[in-house]
Amino acid sequence: MAELKYTEDHEWVAVDGDVVSIGITGYAQEALGDLVFVELPEVGKKVGKGDDFAVVESVKTAAEVYSPVAGEVVEVNVAMADDLELIKKPANENGWIARIKIEDPSELEGLMDESKYKEFTDGLD
Amino acid sequence: MRYLPQTKQSRAEMLQAVGASNVDDLFKDVPKDAFIDGLANLPLKQGELEVERALGAYANQNMAAPEGPFFLGAGTYYHHIPASVDTIIQRSEYLTAYTPYQPEIAQGTLQMIFEFQTFIAQLTGQEVANASLYDGATATAEAALMAMRVTKRNKVVIGNALHPHYRGTLKSYMGNLGSALEDGKPDGNTACVIVQSPDFYGKPEKYEEWRRLCNESGALLVVVVNEIVSLGLLPAPVDADIVCGEAQSIGLPMSFGGPHLGFFACQEKYLRQMPGRLCGMTEDVDGKRGFVLTLSTREQHIRREKATSNICTNQGLCALAFTAHMSLLGEDGFKRLAKLNHEMACKLADSVSKVKNVKILSETFFNEFVVELSKSSAEVVESLITRGIIAGYALDDNQLLLSATEMTTDVDIELLCDALSEVLA
Amino acid sequence: MSAEAKITGSLTVQIPEEANRGLQYEENLLWEKERCDHPGVDFPEPQNTALRTGTGARGPIGLPQVSEPQALRHFVKMSTWNYSIDHGLFPLGSCTMKHNPRLNEKLARLPGFAQIHPMQPESTVQGALKLMYELQDWLAELTGLPGVCLAPAAGAHGELAGVMTIKRAHEQLGNKGRTVMLIPDSAHGTNPATAAMCGYSVKTISTKDTGRLTVKAFMEALGDGKDIAGMMVTNPNTCGLFESEMQEIAYTLKKAGGYFYCDGANFNALVGKIRPGAFGVDVMHINLHKTFSTPHGGGGPGSGPICTTEELAPYVPVPTVVKDGETYGLEWEDTRPETLGRLKGFQGQFGMHVRALAYMMSHGADGLKQVAEDAVLSANYIMARLSDDFHVPFEGPCMHECLLSDKNQKDAGVTTLDFAKALCENGFHPMTVYFPLVVSGAMLIEPTETESKEAIDRFISVMKDFAADVRNGDTEKFHDFPESTPRRRLDEVKAARNPILRWGAFFDK
Repeated sequence: MAELKYTEDHEWVAVDGDVVSIGITGYAQEALGDLVFVELPEVGKKVGKGDDFAVVESVKTAAEVYSPVAGEVVEVNVAMADDLELIKKPANENGWIARIKIEDPSELEGLMDESKYKEFTDGLD
Repeated sequence: MRYLPQTKQSRAEMLQAVGASNVDDLFKDVPKDAFIDGLANLPLKQGELEVERALGAYANQNMAAPEGPFFLGAGTYYHHIPASVDTIIQRSEYLTAYTPYQPEIAQGTLQMIFEFQTFIAQLTGQEVANASLYDGATATAEAALMAMRVTKRNKVVIGNALHPHYRGTLKSYMGNLGSALEDGKPDGNTACVIVQSPDFYGKPEKYEEWRRLCNESGALLVVVVNEIVSLGLLPAPVDADIVCGEAQSIGLPMSFGGPHLGFFACQEKYLRQMPGRLCGMTEDVDGKRGFVLTLSTREQHIRREKATSNICTNQGLCALAFTAHMSLLGEDGFKRLAKLNHEMACKLADSVSKVKNVKILSETFFNEFVVELSKSSAEVVESLITRGIIAGYALDDNQLLLSATEMTTDVDIELLCDALSEVLA
Repeated sequence: MSAEAKITGSLTVQIPEEANRGLQYEENLLWEKERCDHPGVDFPEPQNTALRTGTGARGPIGLPQVSEPQALRHFVKMSTWNYSIDHGLFPLGSCTMKHNPRLNEKLARLPGFAQIHPMQPESTVQGALKLMYELQDWLAELTGLPGVCLAPAAGAHGELAGVMTIKRAHEQLGNKGRTVMLIPDSAHGTNPATAAMCGYSVKTISTKDTGRLTVKAFMEALGDGKDIAGMMVTNPNTCGLFESEMQEIAYTLKKAGGYFYCDGANFNALVGKIRPGAFGVDVMHINLHKTFSTPHGGGGPGSGPICTTEELAPYVPVPTVVKDGETYGLEWEDTRPETLGRLKGFQGQFGMHVRALAYMMSHGADGLKQVAEDAVLSANYIMARLSDDFHVPFEGPCMHECLLSDKNQKDAGVTTLDFAKALCENGFHPMTVYFPLVVSGAMLIEPTETESKEAIDRFISVMKDFAADVRNGDTEKFHDFPESTPRRRLDEVKAARNPILRWGAFFDK
């Protein structure tokens, strides 16, 4: 199974060679509440490190989903637009929003692993 | 003062509970030099009678439409409003309520908005409509901004004679973003073409050719309607991507330019890019049907700088006046009203065309058309005022824009024709 | 799937009128009523003359049809489902829900105001222009900002006019590279949305720690100030506090070449007592539907005039009203070419101008000061009486609204939303909830000056009872509130996931 890394903006990143799958963590889903809409990027979209590439919306809020790496969107999870519950699934079960082909693998180095991310979220209000 | 329920005693008790010796203690964060040292230039408080007398005198200095023959339109129209419309909008429950953020105790306003949205969608032949915008001019500007978001293009084209105030408003809104505003036909960089129908000079527009040009260029077709009564007689602009404009004619007095009622409808595929409030149907925990404001994530209070518009307060009570008036008109009444407007305009056209030195320039029209006079139209308008007639909108040079509605009578037309004959002799 | 199927497919059917109980009525949509064979308005028969429209004729529109009594009942029954200021306390923070005098309604309906056309020759509307001119004077005098434009249609539209005035001034003065607007994180959402509409990028100033704007946080955001176009600040701010360091911040901003836009949503705390011009404001909007009591109408119409310094006055939108001798007129681009241009049709929400001036004249210079003082005193009284029960995020005194939070209760599972719904159950409109965003579980309470102490005490006692219930572990009931309202908690997720935005059976595309 691909290695999972986490960002401070509550995305998870599954690394598989030079392609990463990105989704949002359970912590983020909890904070957002029931989702009502996801705005997916177009395949071929170029994203910079830290750029937003998708938007997830609940009734009361909208949150951008950021890419921790620079690259190009190579695949989007079109099924998610119709079935928002998919976002709750783990990385290997269609819980990803988009897949990005990365340019510089070293950009992944600053990301947290699972225990670090747990420490990080425990420290939040 | 009659609007203030606090008494000397209650103020003293409250100050004591707060622990302040006087009310100025509560303003301690305010710099001393910001306090007002008397308002010598403003009058002191007055009773209801005095205020009514004073402002009543101001009202009497104006020449109101019912005082004489009235032929002015140009984007604001003089129509009859059934008495029950005003009774409905003066009910406290509508008049003094806030935007329905707490749906459990605002179902009256919410169901009304849902009906308003339905009325607008039916009239415009569009799939969805919002809860209103400020007026026709700002609705047109919002349509242009929305088309730019949808197409990711940066140029807006005005296709025909757009109301000059709408054009001016568009220019200001576009200018903010460095976007181009041009006249003519769309090309590959055009976000939308704006076509007004009837146009500023009263001519109804056909949409097929504009639709074809838009299909070729990938631009959206925005149809602007500022005399909404025309939709009872002219075909619905079903070919448009967005239909917006002004609905003052139904339920709202001219009121020297406002409050009026901007409306906005479009195809459902553009829903997420729409500006303004939307009311949607849902159910409560007991499974009873109810309504809520929905898709709010497009709006400023959630999306902040990424919102589709900054609009917050819109024209809620005006939308109620419209909805109440439309419910009284119904299908047959609305169509009859439109027909009467057209027939009265035909009668007006036939009569003025018989006046010497008056020539009709419009071949087709709904309830408004252009005539050419043998003298400056601005001067003619001024001189007809002395005869108690508001004669229309003076266009450049000798042209005059004349409008008739169901308010126009045969006597009004006769008086106008007589006056024109004399002034133009 | 056709659009029709999509829209009509999931319509839920309302409870029939048989479910009426006592004075609680159900009422169907107009389209669900039995169709009357004639409308609720009688017209003369059309004569069926040939059309001169040059187009085809309109086909079926799909409108309902009822008689006048049916229409009247429809709207009257629906109205009974609404809470309004005439029912009781409406403590929506930042929204200023105060008494709406009916004199103002009566005056706005005089034919000399309601039945005049915006394009009539100026000689026929001197009374209307004079009224607007005097309203401009009142606003100039009360704000200390002499450049007034009444045209903007509402608060957010006034913001747009204000920020565009700043943009236009920079352009006309040749100031280049000023592309950033500074905005505190506690701001109304309209502020950043407006900045974006004007093509500015937004830089946020943090106020999280004290609820106030500090010189320190401002200086950090300002940097060298070269790219700063201006700053948008609400004062009193959205936490209900007066920005005590405002003068120094405004001075520094001005030295750096930026303009200070003040969001006037909270002017009710200052009116007649404090002039915003004196704490450094360059331009602000005034919500006539808040401070000057024009009715909110279930979401408008509002009116959002802007007031500016002498320096910015040439750039405000057209038209403005000018006086020449004893004659009043509208001023346009030809005599004020520096203007940013037009922002709406005609000259503004004139009907609201009539109401606002009537309100000002009723209170007079002396009464308006009392408005500010009573509003501020009432809010402080609520804060003082509730501070033992509810968390107070920032020390007072507050201005016209007080900020509390659910911090003391949320661990017991009762949140701000629950308190809002419990207030609905107890015959009140809730306060503003979850705003400002800088405080978790915010409850922003604005009683206004038109509430008696008796009404305020009743509200306080209900809130205290809630807090006591939570302390005593009686929390379950909060999740079920409201129970006595025409509808109970509504499913907003369902509404947003599958939007049904219109009744659709006549939809024939």
